[in-house]
Amino acid sequence: MNDLPVSFNEILETLTLRGGVNTNAVIIGTTLLGIAAGVIGSFALLRKRSLTADALSHATLPGIAGAFLIATALGYSGRSMPLLMLGAAITGVLGVACIHLILHHSRLKEDAAIGLVLSVFFGIGIVLLSLVQNSKNGGGAGLNHYIYGQTAAMTHKDAQLMGAIGVVASLIAIVMLKEFMVVCFNETFARATGLRVWLIDSIMLGLVVLITVSGLQAVGIILIVAMLIIPPAAARFWTDRLWRLVLISAFIGGLSGYAGASISALMPRKPAGAVIVLVAGAVFLVSMLIAPTRGIIADSMRRLRLRARIAIDHVLEELYEREHGATAGHPIGSPVLLRLIALRGWITKSDRAYTLTPAGRTQGQRIHRNHLLWEQYLVSYADIAPTHVDWSVDQVEHVLTDELISELEAALSKRGITVDQLPGTRKNGTPA
Amino acid sequence: MTVSYSRKPVLWDVDYDAPSESLVAIVGPNGAGKSTLIKACLGLIPMAAGTVEFWGQSYKQARARIGYVPQRESVDWDFPVSALDVVCMGRYRKIGWCRPVTKSHKLAAMEALDRVGMADYAKRQISQLSGGQQQRIFLARALAQEADLYFMDEPFAGVDAATERAIIGVLQELRADGKTVIVVHHDLQTVPQYFDHVMLLNMRIVASGPVHEAFTNEHLHKAYGGRLTLLAEASEAVARAAKGGIKAPAKTKTKTKTKAKPKAK
Repeated sequence: MNDLPVSFNEILETLTLRGGVNTNAVIIGTTLLGIAAGVIGSFALLRKRSLTADALSHATLPGIAGAFLIATALGYSGRSMPLLMLGAAITGVLGVACIHLILHHSRLKEDAAIGLVLSVFFGIGIVLLSLVQNSKNGGGAGLNHYIYGQTAAMTHKDAQLMGAIGVVASLIAIVMLKEFMVVCFNETFARATGLRVWLIDSIMLGLVVLITVSGLQAVGIILIVAMLIIPPAAARFWTDRLWRLVLISAFIGGLSGYAGASISALMPRKPAGAVIVLVAGAVFLVSMLIAPTRGIIADSMRRLRLRARIAIDHVLEELYEREHGATAGHPIGSPVLLRLIALRGWITKSDRAYTLTPAGRTQGQRIHRNHLLWEQYLVSYADIAPTHVDWSVDQVEHVLTDELISELEAALSKRGITVDQLPGTRKNGTPA
Repeated sequence: MTVSYSRKPVLWDVDYDAPSESLVAIVGPNGAGKSTLIKACLGLIPMAAGTVEFWGQSYKQARARIGYVPQRESVDWDFPVSALDVVCMGRYRKIGWCRPVTKSHKLAAMEALDRVGMADYAKRQISQLSGGQQQRIFLARALAQEADLYFMDEPFAGVDAATERAIIGVLQELRADGKTVIVVHHDLQTVPQYFDHVMLLNMRIVASGPVHEAFTNEHLHKAYGGRLTLLAEASEAVARAAKGGIKAPAKTKTKTKTKAKPKAK
């Protein structure tokens, strides 16, 4: 490796786009591509077409190699970017068409069809690539870069083309947000209202093709799908609205593209595609962990709080029932838990035993009452034997909302049951 | 009309003329082809034979006057949209391609939400709604279509009492406005209470007409007392022949019958 240590100044120059015309063009182009991939990937993800996009990108390889072979055979330069992109688009779309054909004419499921097309097309591409490399024309060696991506090999013009395609594709997607949304959410309804779903789907596929072929040079065939999937998947953790999802996804995509191309510019041996994907992957990981409401941490906190509440409820209920003559058989809770409840002011310690404070008593009574209500409901409405109701009661008594409780009371009073005249239950509790 | 799924007929020679300004229930056992009938009418699945006409027009011509409430389970409710966004989808046809949803369309959508008692939930993300509320959102979306004829696929399935009341209220309003609503329904007990007309379906029409005439014990028994054995067996045979499994007997069983009458409104 001849990666020289990079000075802080160089880093700053690159990141602030003062690192030379070519570098700048590549960084801006890749950023725009990342934004576009984030926008269009949102719809691909919601339409559940992520894997189709993967098959598509792998299926571009025979097109690249084929276009090169044909062009050189006809005496043109095989390195012309638009030409290679055209070849890539043709076989990419062909690959998607093959998936549809297989699904239509066989009983194979989508995953199998995608896996099949992806590998076969890629295989064909590798064979063609070996033909390119064996040919006398030495210019073909660079085609290898399309597999893993190599921003360093990009020219000013390549980058401009990539950025321009990104802008156009994003604009089309935003103008068609409404159509994409209804097709992604409810295809049958869209069709019933007369929207031409096939046309909308084709436009969506066309945009994915545009992103894929324009990102070939920078990101490469294998990793381009990550630019389409990861940003929207990460963005989904942060929002519940489609247009915000698209914006956040575009931001994450753009950020990944910018960081990837910059790092790659500083260390030319580092493939930009991999760096872009790693940056996006890191954003995803962080999102999954810390996002409010949808993130893992927020989710476990919610569970923990619920479990704590249930444990506290049990203690208060137990104490309440003991006050009303239930036998004190088993311990009421762990010392830590008891101290926690004492901190809340629901119980106090005296004579090495805990007793309910007035506030705690109200709580305990409420829970006890919920318990009886639900138990009575199960016995009288659901025909469950009284000896069998305990488990579901223990689960439900904590989650009953005020609304449900008044409904329960109404249902029970219809049968002439009110909680105050409930017969003594197994726990011997009678409300004060 | 006759409809087949991968060449296996599921509806045979259904011939029906829906009365206008009424509430029609389609009832029948599981697998009777109730949803299939609706989807075929809406052009969502191809018919093997037959025609569907709306006020003498084809579905394509009459589309603007037809509203649709699909089954609630048919979509992913974790989709990142609000209740209002979903109801606005009912206006997309009127709005047109690539045009933004304007304020007047949003107002119309809010009005539809209000009619199903969901105006307070407009900004909610749809996964935060209960099953019954989600069903009402779908109903509101159909109302936003401002149609003359509505197809509803199991709108009462698994809903709470409040939703059931809201839906039935809307149905009666629609009838009072001179509209026709065709509803796939699963609860036999409420048919006489909610509907004017009924179609008993089990791969073919067992009986149809005003509820007091067609909704008889005898017809119900016929519809629910098992399928017509020959009809079911013939379907299986057609399917097998299509797959090339069994040759001789299936081939003589005809391709699906092609007798079809226009369905006029």
